[in-house]
Amino acid sequence: MASILAVDDSASMRQMVSFTLKGAGYTVVEAVDGVDALTKAQSQKFDCVVTDVNMPNKDGITLIKDLRALPDYKFIPMLMLTTESGMDKKQQGKAAGATGWIVKPFNPDQLLKTIKKVLG
Amino acid sequence: MSIDMAQFHQVFFEESFEGLDIMESGLLNLDMGDVDSETINTIFRAAHSIKGGSGTFGFSSVANFTHVMETLLDEMRDGRRQVTQSAVDVLLGSVDCLREMMTAIQDESEVDEARVAEHKQALETELNGSETPVVKEDSTIAPEPSSSIPSNDEPTISGWKISFCPHTDLLKTGNDPVRMFRELAELGDLEVIVDFQGVPTLFELDPEECHLSWTLILKGDVARESIDDIFDWVEDECDLSVQSLSAAQSGIDEAATATTALETQAPIEAPKNSPSASTTEQSETPAPVKTPSKDKGASKAKPPAAKASGSIRVDTGKIDTLINMVGELVITQSMLSLVGEHFSLDKLDQLKNGLTQLERHTRELQESVMNIRMLPISFVFSRFPRLVHDLSNKLDKKIELKLVGEHTEVDKTVVELISDPLVHLVRNSLDHGIEMPADRLAAGKPETGTVTLEAYHRGGNIVIEVKDDGKGLNKDMLRQKAIEKGLIDEGTVLTDKQCYELIFMAGFSTAEAVTDVSGRGVGMDVVRRNIQSLGGNIEIISELGVGSTMAIHLPLTLAILDGQSIAVGDETYIVPLGSIIESINITDDMVNRVAGKGETFRLRDEYLPIVRMHDIFHVESAKAVNLIEGLIVVVEGQGVRCGLFVDDLLGQQQVVIKSLEANYRCVEGVSSATILGDGSVGLILDIPGLVRLSNQ
Amino acid sequence: MEQETVIPEDIDEKKLENLVQFLSFTLGDEEYGVDILSVQEIRSWEPVSRIPNVPSYEKGVVNLRGAIVPIIDLRERFNLGHSEYTSLTVVVVLQAILNGQSRTMGVVVDSVSDVIHVDKHTIQSAPDFGTKVSTEFINGLASVNQRMLMLLDVEKLLKLDGVDDIDTHDEEY
Repeated sequence: MASILAVDDSASMRQMVSFTLKGAGYTVVEAVDGVDALTKAQSQKFDCVVTDVNMPNKDGITLIKDLRALPDYKFIPMLMLTTESGMDKKQQGKAAGATGWIVKPFNPDQLLKTIKKVLG
Repeated sequence: MSIDMAQFHQVFFEESFEGLDIMESGLLNLDMGDVDSETINTIFRAAHSIKGGSGTFGFSSVANFTHVMETLLDEMRDGRRQVTQSAVDVLLGSVDCLREMMTAIQDESEVDEARVAEHKQALETELNGSETPVVKEDSTIAPEPSSSIPSNDEPTISGWKISFCPHTDLLKTGNDPVRMFRELAELGDLEVIVDFQGVPTLFELDPEECHLSWTLILKGDVARESIDDIFDWVEDECDLSVQSLSAAQSGIDEAATATTALETQAPIEAPKNSPSASTTEQSETPAPVKTPSKDKGASKAKPPAAKASGSIRVDTGKIDTLINMVGELVITQSMLSLVGEHFSLDKLDQLKNGLTQLERHTRELQESVMNIRMLPISFVFSRFPRLVHDLSNKLDKKIELKLVGEHTEVDKTVVELISDPLVHLVRNSLDHGIEMPADRLAAGKPETGTVTLEAYHRGGNIVIEVKDDGKGLNKDMLRQKAIEKGLIDEGTVLTDKQCYELIFMAGFSTAEAVTDVSGRGVGMDVVRRNIQSLGGNIEIISELGVGSTMAIHLPLTLAILDGQSIAVGDETYIVPLGSIIESINITDDMVNRVAGKGETFRLRDEYLPIVRMHDIFHVESAKAVNLIEGLIVVVEGQGVRCGLFVDDLLGQQQVVIKSLEANYRCVEGVSSATILGDGSVGLILDIPGLVRLSNQ
Repeated sequence: MEQETVIPEDIDEKKLENLVQFLSFTLGDEEYGVDILSVQEIRSWEPVSRIPNVPSYEKGVVNLRGAIVPIIDLRERFNLGHSEYTSLTVVVVLQAILNGQSRTMGVVVDSVSDVIHVDKHTIQSAPDFGTKVSTEFINGLASVNQRMLMLLDVEKLLKLDGVDDIDTHDEEY
């Protein structure tokens, strides 16, 4: 099963994402911010990245940009978790190379549906 | 798939309360003149996280409330809005309100809707005061998602013709046209016509780029939103037109080959619709909102578990140390069982080594476990900036709070119990200590008073000081007051220290009028009693016109103590190692006997009282009755020094402190008890209590 | 230690619900009972750690599975004289809620006799004995097989002089 890197500085959100995806059989590694995520992504190749946008120590958009620059992450799906008011964030995210987004608030079903969509 | 979202609630509440604390301290740190963007950003991020989490976990009232705060903060962050004191105050109030809301939700009690509405109103007023149209639009769109969806019930459509011409960079965002087609195929009958025209020659071809375009015929009763949904992520990376089959019927062929001027209009239309696509997701949010309400019923069966479990946040480093130690312990244990399996005398050395190791590991393990309970005092200090901010406003005083030694670690229990007494002391300093600005200027002091909260370790104690540069305690006034109140006699002679201690007497209050700041009823006597019940004491240093310092001395941990065992006859007592200064042998000629005042001996420049343990504890089996037969252990506790006369010193060990009062009573001269190596109970001595006993 | 359950024979089903169980024990030639629900365990006497400067009936404290529990000599508490402790001396560990907190205490008795069923309605209120036995701890009297059983008020028993009656924190300066 595919491996997913879940990045969020909020423990509850991270746990929710991780729990949901693990429940569906994915391998999930959690990271607490962009810096942590980048380190983890470099030591192991993930099939998909799900990241919060607003985080300390490297936000989600910069993270996506940095990841896209790595050969391993050129084409893999990367999703942003963003709030509905963040239209400009979506645009910035796309410019940085994000595949798409999941709009907060979302429930586990919506998350799974989207992940299944990008991972096939 | 059903996931019980309630399992994440506890974590969500914990991090939200932390977030609120961060917001609060951030807001208090904002300097109006020179706003630090990183501080604003931190505050914003905390609000944003709470909003995101509360929405996801179904606390929509919290989410709605935080949304307004977030909008305000967002504008401040972008520099679109000036950071004003009034905005900060409104935000601070909102932080409190939010904290109450979340506490109420957590306790499943009633949320004070009126208060919430009031704060929300204040926020909105603040927000609209210097309203920028962009924001206004933003905040009104959110609550009415359906208004922007034009017409949901279009006449039944037989299908759609989609012309999809991705830009060359599409693949670089991880989007795959095949994935989108697969999704479209799930909606209805899909016919895919590919157009190779844009593909360059093999020589020029960059395999990472996309040069294909497609015409897709989707047949079936499919809502336009479902299609927009699929292309939502790539709308900016492609030229897209979606036409209903009936309308497009005539021009299929043209559309398949070229993008006409008319159709370039279509992609602009698509993004217009896309917010509605994302709001369709939003209109589904009643689902997550309902989930928790269902959960509520389920969690009602086990709320005590969630609430009673006082959790503690532990540094992972501490846990790693612990795991390492357990590892070593296991190794030692297996080594010892090997020795024991085929034991012979020649293995005695191995056995001894093993036992020494075991002892070391046990001790280290114990230390590490205790260490887990240690928290920085900042957990207590962090509430004071707010308190000082609010109170100095209320009192019209200018006061700066300084926090020193916030990282000093102290036992969790101490952290929990010291908070209230400290609040009382700080309030007192603000109310009675620091003078009004005018008075300060008149006295030649800076207009702004300073209150310092400082924590540091000294010996086995933590010392917490509340220091102010206010007017200091007036000894004569204190004395007069005490006489008026009938607490002391007119003729009583008091030292400075005793004078200050008058304020700890029940029924003593120096406030000329009871103010709502220092409160009514609960006095300094209660503060002192609470501190004493933690095994600590409080001491006052004051100078008239210069300021006062209240120093609280507390044991570092309430659970464990380094002890020295002493023998008195066949009884064993424990003296806290930290209170032992030295042990000496003395002879009779070193002793002064003052009639009615007991015995003293001279230690360097000091005369110390001799406390004969066998005497005051009535130990009949005592071996040493003459001073030369035993030992004098010089001890100090809470500023009191004396020489304990005992039979002998035994070993030193760490002891686990057990309450004597839980089932029994408080015994003069004894602070608590412990369980000794042989399973019997040993009493831990209380030095000031012993001196009092000896004086009786 | 003999322990048998004595159920009065003349009792019918209906009255069963009115039955209260008491653990009976002796002090000298007197027989006492405590509500069985307040009895945590029965142990044999073991040496205690003496506590200085307390009444002599407070013999000291022991370690009861990590808790420090006081041991009270009931004979001395009731002014019934003192008897030597042997390995046959019995300690009844009692538990009650005092001021909202659970409190445990061991009481030294001569011997434990029975678990006795007493009909609530047959318990007589304690008369003023005018004897050496302090009536303040006695809740009532029950008659069992021609013997008189003095039923003790465990909560009162667990209250110690100088602890629960006055506030010891009031210090003078």
